Amino acid sequence: MMRVRLPKDAAAVALGADAVADALTRAAAARGFALELVRTGSRGLVWLEPLLEIETDTGWRAFGPLAPGDVDAVLDGVSPKALGDIEEHPWLKRQTRLIFARCGIVDPTVVPPLTALKRAREMGAAAVLEEVTRSGLRGRGGAGFPAGIKWKGAADASARQKYIVCNADEGDSGTFADRMLMEGDPFLLLEGMAIAGFATGATKGYVYIRSEYPHAIEAMKRAASAFPDFDVEIRVGAGSYVCGEETALLESLEGRRGQVRAKPPLPVHKGLFGQPTVINNVLTFASVPAILEKGAAYYASLGTGRSRGTMPVQLAGDVKHGGLFETAFGLTLGELVNDIGGGTRSGRPIRAVQVGGPLGAYFPPSLFDTPFDYEAFAARDGLLGHGGIVIFNDRVDMAAQARFAFEFCRIESCGKCTPCRIGSARGVEVVDRIVRGQNVGQNLALLRDLCDTLKSGSLCALGGFVPYPVLSALNHFGEDFVR
Amino acid sequence: MVFDADTAGEIVSRYAGVPGGLLPALHEIQETFGHVPRAALTALARGFNVTEAEVYGVASFYHDFRLDGPAGKRVLKLCRAEACQAVGADALAAHVKAKLKLDWGGTTADGEWTLEPVFCLGLCACGPSAMLDGRVHAMLDEDALDALIAR
Ligand SMILES: Cc1cc2nc3c(=O)[nH]c(=O)nc-3n(C[C@H](O)[C@H](O)[C@H](O)COP(=O)(O)O)c2cc1C
Ligand code: FES
Repeated sequence: MMRVRLPKDAAAVALGADAVADALTRAAAARGFALELVRTGSRGLVWLEPLLEIETDTGWRAFGPLAPGDVDAVLDGVSPKALGDIEEHPWLKRQTRLIFARCGIVDPTVVPPLTALKRAREMGAAAVLEEVTRSGLRGRGGAGFPAGIKWKGAADASARQKYIVCNADEGDSGTFADRMLMEGDPFLLLEGMAIAGFATGATKGYVYIRSEYPHAIEAMKRAASAFPDFDVEIRVGAGSYVCGEETALLESLEGRRGQVRAKPPLPVHKGLFGQPTVINNVLTFASVPAILEKGAAYYASLGTGRSRGTMPVQLAGDVKHGGLFETAFGLTLGELVNDIGGGTRSGRPIRAVQVGGPLGAYFPPSLFDTPFDYEAFAARDGLLGHGGIVIFNDRVDMAAQARFAFEFCRIESCGKCTPCRIGSARGVEVVDRIVRGQNVGQNLALLRDLCDTLKSGSLCALGGFVPYPVLSALNHFGEDFVR
Repeated sequence: MVFDADTAGEIVSRYAGVPGGLLPALHEIQETFGHVPRAALTALARGFNVTEAEVYGVASFYHDFRLDGPAGKRVLKLCRAEACQAVGADALAAHVKAKLKLDWGGTTADGEWTLEPVFCLGLCACGPSAMLDGRVHAMLDEDALDALIAR
């Protein structure tokens, strides 16, 4: 009997994992040995996918990136793609894996022991709230709001029905941590949601997953129906970016257009169907089991400043070693991009990196000393967002990127507020005029003025943050706008 | 399948009592009929006790729902978002558009191909990425895409 692990993660599948699985099954049949093939999540070393692990007398041995034609050499013990024990790989060894501790190892269809949920019930709701607050955990969806305070607000609200809503809309380009977790360890997320339900008195949960993630939807539906401890419904989005904004998401869950609500009232007071609602990102909920198991003090000992615990950093774009790297806050952007990411896949020099999705700022290499920390990024007119870093080489046209930011905002605007709905369309036009060389000075002033209006006048951070990519492109790469 | 009122009515009645059931109902209507036909809007409006304008407003808000008829036999969704742009998605899109003689959202005259933009498939560490008939593909270049299309 040969035991092997091979990811069923969407990235691994996109890179050919299913064909490798078929080749392996055929080879086992031809060679006449029994094969126990577990389709796991991904370890996150995406450049090595499809990554196969085989159990031996001396531990697990990894091979990758594999094509179906590599399978015979692997079985004959002569594969040049042998990687040894993947846990000893420096890329994994340097990480602090709390959320992704099991991802890539366990079978995501098997319910794990749920020890953190048991522990929560022993501690009692008040102690859980206290522990989450003391851990310093902040929301991982982008805004970085303290999770403990949010949970306390919902716990204190009295209502006949409260809800736990998981934001799995993950619309930011360059991010895929939510997807990987839902595919590789769906029960960790469900456990975190159940703990939130226990702590706040909410008895029903929803996970809102974007429709672009069919593998994650399938994994979560299967897991939710096997999860005995909390009633969770899986809902599927319909291709709208703004539905990742929490109030638009609630509207969408209620079966309406995904239009942003004015705040207050906050969702903790008046959320889904008008009831008190905790809405958190996938990674926020998934951080909680480790906090309860290892203790708030341990969790808070990781990180820097007011950014505590770990963040799964996602390295994307033109990157050599792309994937998911979970680490305590505080590494510099340069360490993440160069040491861990290994620079560009193309071999060309790095010109810019965009951090935090389509509404995040572009950083030039001269700012690579910025530590990965909410406040440090804010101080440099940027944001961490959901932890995605997209690397661009020297061929990037930054005026085109600024134009794209406006165009994306125009396409995705919910239409409720004027600055975002109209301003994004005007933004595209103004950038076009600048690039064409029309009244450049005047139009540059207009562009900055427009960004001011968007920033201060938009109802939500879609219009409110689009100045980040636009102004960072203009301020750091102004030469691309005037030629 | 082609629209039939009984099937639509059955779908609507399953979701009409579900809180916030309109979105899942729209998804199932589209899965079943390949698009959201006008007659389905009427059935949804009746079932959910809202106006047809309201249902149309919801359906037309979301990029996923097809209100102008079904897609081609094969649907290619090409990622247009930043991480894929960084590895050449724009040039790849131009290549595909020229090859299929389509613009975004278009369907070939023979009804064979539909080309749609998608803003991120979560495959950003291994772009450029695409989804063809629901299956994901990564690290694409012109040759790999041509091979997919020819298959
Ligand atoms: C346009 C827009 C898109 C957003 N998309 C997401 C998303 O995809 N996932 C997410 O968790 N939060 C997203 N957010 C942030 C949410 O509004 C909200 O802050 C988050 O769900 C709160 O959970 P957290 O505290 O755990 O981060 C988005 C915000 C805006 C303005
Ligand atoms: S940007 Fe293309 S898959 Fe994420």
